[in-house]
Amino acid sequence: MRVLIMAKEGEQNEAATPPTPEAMAEYQKFNEELVKAGVVLEAGRLYPSSQSKRVQFNGKKRTVIDGPFAETKELVAGYWLWQVRSIDEALEWLKRAPYDGGTFEVREVLEFEGM
Amino acid sequence: MHRAIEAIWRIESARLIAGLARVVSDIGTAEELAQDALVAALEQWPAEGVPERPGAWLMGTAKHRGFDLIRRRRTLDRKHEEIGRSVERAQESLNLDMAIDEEVGDDLLGLIFMACHPVLSKDARVALTLRVLGGLTTEEIARAFLVPASTISQRIVRAKRTLAEAHVRFEVPGGAERVARLASVLEVIYLIFNEGYSATAGKDWVRPALCEEALRLGRILAELAPTEPEVHGVVALMEIQASRLVARVGPAGEPVLLFDQDRARWDRLLIRRGLAALERAERLGGALGPYALQAAIAACHARATTAAETDWPRIVALYDAVAQLAPSPVVELNRAVAVGMAFGPAAGLELVDALVAEPSLKSYHLLPAVRGDLLRKLGRPEEAGAEFERAASLTENVRERELLHRRAAECAAEGMAG
Repeated sequence: MRVLIMAKEGEQNEAATPPTPEAMAEYQKFNEELVKAGVVLEAGRLYPSSQSKRVQFNGKKRTVIDGPFAETKELVAGYWLWQVRSIDEALEWLKRAPYDGGTFEVREVLEFEGM
Repeated sequence: MHRAIEAIWRIESARLIAGLARVVSDIGTAEELAQDALVAALEQWPAEGVPERPGAWLMGTAKHRGFDLIRRRRTLDRKHEEIGRSVERAQESLNLDMAIDEEVGDDLLGLIFMACHPVLSKDARVALTLRVLGGLTTEEIARAFLVPASTISQRIVRAKRTLAEAHVRFEVPGGAERVARLASVLEVIYLIFNEGYSATAGKDWVRPALCEEALRLGRILAELAPTEPEVHGVVALMEIQASRLVARVGPAGEPVLLFDQDRARWDRLLIRRGLAALERAERLGGALGPYALQAAIAACHARATTAAETDWPRIVALYDAVAQLAPSPVVELNRAVAVGMAFGPAAGLELVDALVAEPSLKSYHLLPAVRGDLLRKLGRPEEAGAEFERAASLTENVRERELLHRRAAECAAEGMAG
């Protein structure tokens, strides 16, 4: 099965300090461990939502809205797509991540017959 | 808690068995010790909580409990005496700290090579690999291959015994031996994949879980042996073929062949990964090996957004290269299909007809199926229908048989109309 791991922006804002090089190295090492385990299908980091846009659909109407957006805690900062054998496996892998803070959401990806 | 422990086991068991196998040089003993550690975990973790480093906990527990056990056995059994000695030596330098990456990597590689040792039959290698590297239970393996669990159980027991009797050493082979040993490993991985991609028997046309398992093992191997182009080649082949799994199965579970597939349903993530793996193989230089060549052929299909855009002449050229490196009647048959597409069905039929007498293809259902296809294109539906019926009688896969019967019926209709 595939799961999407979404890193939430949480309390981060423009003024927040980026992770230290040491921390980045640890995140990198963790990602490599997952790659070596044959778990990672894809990974991406997103530009902050303050720089993003939204398109709202209302019947025929399309509205484009610029960031920043109000609900910062829910916004996605980065994502992983993993191949695992169960949600439990995804959770156990994620627990090993070297993060000091933040929230990560784990969602199973709907797959059709065949995969 | 139980599910968490099960998930942790799935994550750690292969590395655990590998680390232990390095010490005791015997997969059977290593697995027993690992299982002991799992039992201890099931007993202690619910009360004490999951340790911060479960892998290290399991390894430490296995070694401690195992060494006692083996020392006791030592007085009873010569084989265990040898193990007991090496185990004592290892215990002297017992280090509970998490092994450094390279050691863990080497251990896993050693286990892969041992489980896929050519002294074992293909069936034995597959069962043992799925067991110690995939962490699949006997029942899961049995279900995957549609044989009784007892058959798998015996296969695994015998495999371990064969390895012990042949004194197969736990090591990562180098030099000239490495080529042959690696070929054996790739053969096992691709066998597992293929069983999931085109099930040989039973009512399911595909078994995605097996493909996923093979892909996982291949991806792991690609990181453990990144300088081996054929490893990337087999991974590339599997990724690209797996990209078609959804499109391969119709709404009633019937097989949908390549030319009829809805390409919008091909998984572009897997195609991208496959092309990237192929590139890794190519960048390592040298001529492409048979797996990389087959991946290149798969890549030709993957790049064609419609069947009509397929670069068939290139595929023919690639099959020429495969035929040079790893000639086989099946390769010749595939090449004939490509020739038929590139240069017309008459050219293809000429090549297929040359294969009809080939003994190894006597029961190969795809030979009459291909011949039927070409005859049909040449406007000879009665002969084509006969070939499809023949093909249907040769396949054990229910879905495939139904498809072939349908083809035969279509030919019969064409015959009557024409």
